Amino acid sequence: MNMNSIQSIILKRLFSGLLTLWIVTVIIFAAIELLPGDIATEKLGQAATPESLAAFREKFDLNRPVVERYISWLGGAVTGDFGISLSNQRPISELIGQRTANTFFLAGYAASIAVPIAVISGMMAALYNGSVFDRVLSGTTLAAISFPEFFIAYILILVFSVGLGWFPSLANVDVDTSLGERLYKTFLPAMTLTLIVLAYMMRMTRAAILNLLALPYIEMAHLKGIKRWRVIAVHALPNALAPIINVIALNLAYLIVGVVLVEVVFVYPGLGQVLVDAVSNRDVTVVQAACLIFAATYILLNLLADILSIIANPRLLHPR
Amino acid sequence: MSDTLLDMKNVMIEGRSDRQWKPIIKGVDLSLKRGEILGLIGESGAGKSTLGLAAMGYTKGGCRISGGSINFDGIELAGASNEALRQLRGKRIAYVAQSAASAFNPAFKLINQFGEAPVQHGVLSKAQAQSDAIELYRKIRLPNPETIGFRYPHQVSGGQLQRAMTAMAMACRPDLIIFDEPTTALDVTTQIEVLAAIRDIVREYNTAAIYITHDLAVVAQMADHIKVLLRGEEVEQAPAREMLSNPQEDYTKSLWAVREFRRAPRPPRDVNETPLLVVENVSAAYGPVKVLNDVSVTIKRGSTVAIVGESGSGKSTLARVIMGLLPPSKGGIVYDGTALEGVGSKRKRGLKRHIQMIHQMADTALNPKQRIKDIIGRPLDFFIGLKGAAKDARIRELLTLIELDPDEFMHRYPSELSGGQKQRICIARALAAEPTFIICDEVTSALDQLVAEGILRLLDRLQRELDLTYMFITHDIATVRSIADEVVVMQHGVIVEQGTNDDIFTPPHAPYTELLLSSVPEMDPDWLSNLLAERAEESAQASLT
Repeated sequence: MNMNSIQSIILKRLFSGLLTLWIVTVIIFAAIELLPGDIATEKLGQAATPESLAAFREKFDLNRPVVERYISWLGGAVTGDFGISLSNQRPISELIGQRTANTFFLAGYAASIAVPIAVISGMMAALYNGSVFDRVLSGTTLAAISFPEFFIAYILILVFSVGLGWFPSLANVDVDTSLGERLYKTFLPAMTLTLIVLAYMMRMTRAAILNLLALPYIEMAHLKGIKRWRVIAVHALPNALAPIINVIALNLAYLIVGVVLVEVVFVYPGLGQVLVDAVSNRDVTVVQAACLIFAATYILLNLLADILSIIANPRLLHPR
Repeated sequence: MSDTLLDMKNVMIEGRSDRQWKPIIKGVDLSLKRGEILGLIGESGAGKSTLGLAAMGYTKGGCRISGGSINFDGIELAGASNEALRQLRGKRIAYVAQSAASAFNPAFKLINQFGEAPVQHGVLSKAQAQSDAIELYRKIRLPNPETIGFRYPHQVSGGQLQRAMTAMAMACRPDLIIFDEPTTALDVTTQIEVLAAIRDIVREYNTAAIYITHDLAVVAQMADHIKVLLRGEEVEQAPAREMLSNPQEDYTKSLWAVREFRRAPRPPRDVNETPLLVVENVSAAYGPVKVLNDVSVTIKRGSTVAIVGESGSGKSTLARVIMGLLPPSKGGIVYDGTALEGVGSKRKRGLKRHIQMIHQMADTALNPKQRIKDIIGRPLDFFIGLKGAAKDARIRELLTLIELDPDEFMHRYPSELSGGQKQRICIARALAAEPTFIICDEVTSALDQLVAEGILRLLDRLQRELDLTYMFITHDIATVRSIADEVVVMQHGVIVEQGTNDDIFTPPHAPYTELLLSSVPEMDPDWLSNLLAERAEESAQASLT
């Protein structure tokens, strides 16, 4: 074992992540390609003239062989150019650019609330394992994930918007909205997402730490007269990081990929709305682009989690 | 300031199992003066560790101190608040655990773990703790004391870790240290260094200690007084020399007698018989790490060959190669004149049946979700093809053979058995295949001496009755002496010496064998001091010439 081994492990992970991503691009492209029916006929309808069909094919580049089209699509996607929307003929990147940023903003907002709360409350639950605090925390977070997200969203709207009037029920932001205003307007959707992902992360933190508490080195820390809180935070947490990082990554991915319903409820101009519209309009190129962004997010976050877990292992980080 | 540091009176400790409290320690008194070392011995389950931890006011999860008083230097620990106890622990009473490898936090450097207690208790600053650590590392004779603390636990060997843990316990210069089997997990050669280091440092700082162990010879070197425990009760206590030369109670005498087991002599065999198993020039490696280098062993039918060596010498790897679990990179195995495939799964079932293995940890070698009859029944079905009533009858036979009552044990789960009983089940499972050759990999090292002796007697009887051949892997020299026909001494993956039992144990020895033999603790309380003096003299002479 030497320092190169951790680098080679990370390089291998990177490579396999990129390979997965590439396979996903092939699947997304092929799936759309394999849909029954001709895109031109689908879009223009049965009554279209042969001339207009030919013009449509020419415009959307449908005459070239599949492989060639895949390569130019992939090349474009890598540089952020996803082609042209079938419905309104505008470049997709222009259509979804700001919305993608919005979705990532909301996810980041929710994560920055959810992750610290989850890890700290998970540690507290482990510290007071079996106490009333532990049980109430476990119970409420479990209840929160048991409800569908739109239900939680409506409850929050009912209480904080309609009832108390503290926050707006519509998260209608645009490019000119200031950061403060943006945070205020998107507070309820961010809270909805937080409530949904909190439970998994908190319960995993609690379980990962509790798992360690019976180990000799934790007992040793107690026998050295270390304060309980320090035992949990300093002795247990660093050794419980790998599973916690993984569940956080999964939930972050969910925050980006799974927000469709929440965005629709709060009329938030994110990717979810675009995706819903594109599916109902059969705008396949937009669906393609959105799928690719979601898949890439998922893979990259998990890749990041893998690499962080490797680094969190002292045996790999400090070889003999 | 009174002379008595620790005074435990009528201490009772209970553990919770099956929803009720059951007594573990049933009213034991223990008294310790400043600077005195008390040896606490007994079998596992005797309550040694429980009593030792109680001296810190600590009980393991699911246990409680239910009665008696624990007076530490005028402070009553039984029923003291957690905060009061916390302030004593690490500062005035410290603990050294059995396995240093698992008692150090893998995520932090040794020196930071050393400094934690003094810094958190406000005794030393971080910088002071660091220089103190280096000082203590030097005193406890760790190599490279200036830099070793900046390593992580996994980067340091077991014997060094154990010394680093003793240094860590010393960090706040406590009045009392509890040593909980600190050398049990170490090789004999390493054990000596650790024992000497512990003894010297405890003397230097006049620290009182409770030294817990099941090894009488070890306790003889360390303790001023010895207390013998049995099932949570004191059997007797006496000054160490008195206890060793003149034990009063029958139980203590039986503990002392264990080391005298000798197996029954064997009838002589035909010298020209084909050897049962031949290991021919075997080399093997785990990836790039070479573990065995050109190892050759010949094992005669009906004999017991002992493979001896420290951990890492390649003993268990040799067993894995013979079993077909690790294909050799060079050489091969010949069984009864037939060359065996290197990969076990390619061997014919009929051939595999003949070679069986019994593992060190009976706990993990038995599937906890299977009943005993299923565990033993599986090889009967797989190798012999027995089903239904015939299988049940054979299971009963096998259980009787290993001296367990079939009616009582057939339907039990492994968790309902004691350590010795579990090892017997492992033996029965190996016997179910009707083997001729059995590899016993440290089968007694996890067991108490009395129980281990029972297992050795059983294996001996089975060998005579069933004409079995054993390969006995062990680091326990006493066991080797009592059961082996031939002895193979291994070090760093090569054979250092091999020969008959008498050859190996009669001088002159190969240097490594000599080191191994002389490192086995003896009951003589002066053994360690004499040995160290002898070795120092030898090395002084060697440096002169």
